[in-house]
Amino acid sequence: MTISRRGLLGTGAALGLLTACGSHTGRDDGGPGGGPELSQWYHQYGEQGTEQAVKKYAAAYDKARVTVQWRPGNYDEQTAAALLTDSGPDVFEVNGPTLDQIQGKQIADLTGLFEGVKDDFNPAVLAPKTYDGRIWAIPQVIDMQMLYYRKSLLADAGVEPPRTLDELVDAAKKLTSKKTKGLFLGNDGGAGVLGGTPLYAAGLELVTEDGKVGFDDPAAARALGKIHQLYADRSLLLGAPSDWSDPSAFVQGLTAMQWSGLWALPTVQKALGDDFGVLPFPKDGAGEPSVPVGAYGAAISTRGKHQQAAKDYLKWLWIDRTEYQEDFALSYGFHIPARISLAKKAGKLRKGAAADAVRFTTDHGHAQPLRWTPASQTAYQDALSRIIKDGASPDSELKKVVRKVSADLDRVKKK
Amino acid sequence: MSLRQEGRRQAIPRQRGSRQGGTARKWAGVQNRTLWFWIFVGPFLLGLGVFTYIPLGWSVYLSFFDAHNTVTPSDFVGLGNYTAMLKNEAFTDSLWTFLVFSLFIVPATYALSLALALMVNRLRHAQAFFRSVFFLPAACSYVVAALIWKMSLFNGVRFGLANTVLGWFGGDQIAWLSTTDPPWYWAVIVTVRLWLQAGFYMVLFLAGLQRISPTLYEAAAVDGARPGWQVFRHITFPQLRATSVAVVLLLVINAFQAFDEFYNLLSDARGYPPYARPPLVYLYYTALGQGQNLGLGSAGAVLLALIIAVVTVGQAKWFGLGRKEAQ
Repeated sequence: MTISRRGLLGTGAALGLLTACGSHTGRDDGGPGGGPELSQWYHQYGEQGTEQAVKKYAAAYDKARVTVQWRPGNYDEQTAAALLTDSGPDVFEVNGPTLDQIQGKQIADLTGLFEGVKDDFNPAVLAPKTYDGRIWAIPQVIDMQMLYYRKSLLADAGVEPPRTLDELVDAAKKLTSKKTKGLFLGNDGGAGVLGGTPLYAAGLELVTEDGKVGFDDPAAARALGKIHQLYADRSLLLGAPSDWSDPSAFVQGLTAMQWSGLWALPTVQKALGDDFGVLPFPKDGAGEPSVPVGAYGAAISTRGKHQQAAKDYLKWLWIDRTEYQEDFALSYGFHIPARISLAKKAGKLRKGAAADAVRFTTDHGHAQPLRWTPASQTAYQDALSRIIKDGASPDSELKKVVRKVSADLDRVKKK
Repeated sequence: MSLRQEGRRQAIPRQRGSRQGGTARKWAGVQNRTLWFWIFVGPFLLGLGVFTYIPLGWSVYLSFFDAHNTVTPSDFVGLGNYTAMLKNEAFTDSLWTFLVFSLFIVPATYALSLALALMVNRLRHAQAFFRSVFFLPAACSYVVAALIWKMSLFNGVRFGLANTVLGWFGGDQIAWLSTTDPPWYWAVIVTVRLWLQAGFYMVLFLAGLQRISPTLYEAAAVDGARPGWQVFRHITFPQLRATSVAVVLLLVINAFQAFDEFYNLLSDARGYPPYARPPLVYLYYTALGQGQNLGLGSAGAVLLALIIAVVTVGQAKWFGLGRKEAQ
């Protein structure tokens, strides 16, 4: 059979029309049940079953048709760019939000959704989502980081679990041998993951409550100098095939201690049984032990067409349906529910290292403050890298960071 | 439409037939070149304008404003973003990183690929085999090669290949990608790129070598030139000038576009270390990442474009590109 040009064009046009009729943008009104259509974004979790779980939650909501997008890649950058357009999500997970996003009116105010339940949310993770007395995202689950140590290796070396930064430096040195390094803080020596943790351990802060630089103090340089000491002593594991977030180096015996997340606990338990313990980052000087905590939040874009419907959905999902929150936190990975009441009753968090982790979060948890902008973060992290790896003077590096952070704090204060 | 084209169009005798036929000819006749020009080129020009030139112009405009989380700014800051970017250590460090990288990788790849081409060209047997062997890495993805280098050859633990070899000789383990003093990470970045691209440039040089007339070598031999360095210096190398210009230009462009190996070897979830952050990546984080400082990012993009333009023009002048044509 031969096909004429006219016939081919006609068929193409007909197919095009059919395709157009069947197109679905995910942004139209009129989903089943009469509710609006909402688009919801999540970053790609590494845990099996999480994607199916969030799709199941969305499908169970009957007042709107929620389309879930599971987005791999640089999620924070994707959402930040999407907030500038009308084609972004209605509802989305946010690693923040940032102060610029709030001040730029890109995020909807969710304060009203917390009526009667605000005190049940962990204050450490609610604080960075609060600005000007208003709450801009609902914390979903809490993640925290801590120090894992191998009990048998410490016992063999005659080392006690370190309670101060000086003890950590000594312990890491004593635990270092030809085959095993003392401590793993990530392949960059801790510049990326530690962030403000050593400063909090030294009794300082990244940003004070009144919006000033919180580490313009000699104690900061002293604490960071000790992290360099770990590097200079060759006590740090560097160049491991997997990075700090993966417990492989620890369970394979490449390191006696590793800084990692609560999410690594099931893997460590499975591999080592009871032969491990967990600690917060040890204190330095007059400070207190510290652990970083953080929570992805659920937020609403102000450019969405159905803001009230989106708010209703978020209230249903992350405030009313507590069984979904517990399932999301503990059935796939290992996280702490953001609601204090849920964290208390969760059986998996009541004993052993998991219970210690929950206690560290409550007693020593510090979240990255809202005023700590991405520009401040880059300047501080670069300085930390130069201090740790290059042996740059902590004093002069921190002075430069203080100048940069002060300027950025002034900028956000003016808005 | 030009007068010449109009004249041609009118010179075509009217076809017999309906008015519709006349209209069709008017709009689609083979001689109506202006119409066809716009039908074929118009959509591309429109796309170029909408997706390239307007955003480019808008970016230059944005660079003079404080534009956080918006592309429609109102606070004019003059050259403030430019001075901030030039004082920004993270940006200047990234420029320095890429300058050092280019200064090393361009001559190293040039010398290695030329040496390989000279060796393969001299082979009397199995030339095709060795040409394929040296060229094959060019078919490998930068991502895959970088991950093999990172995970297998140059990881910092005792079972990495490089550290195993060091261990045989009693050497200490080296954290290849995490050590800045000495900066071993350069060895990893440079070797992976050399392995990947030397074969491709070797093929370009081989083509250049095979275009050199044998009579030149015969004449040189008659004149008493010694085979080896003397012939290479006075015959081969000058005859490869055109190939060399092309190779160096491609190498410089590729060096400034380097991203894959930096990303796969040195970045992690929290970004890049300050000594190995590509400038374009820094601008991406500043403007489109969580920073969302579109004014500052645009100023950085303009600065980077100016630097690349100056380097390209300087390089073209140095190689004398276009000189012959002008004469």
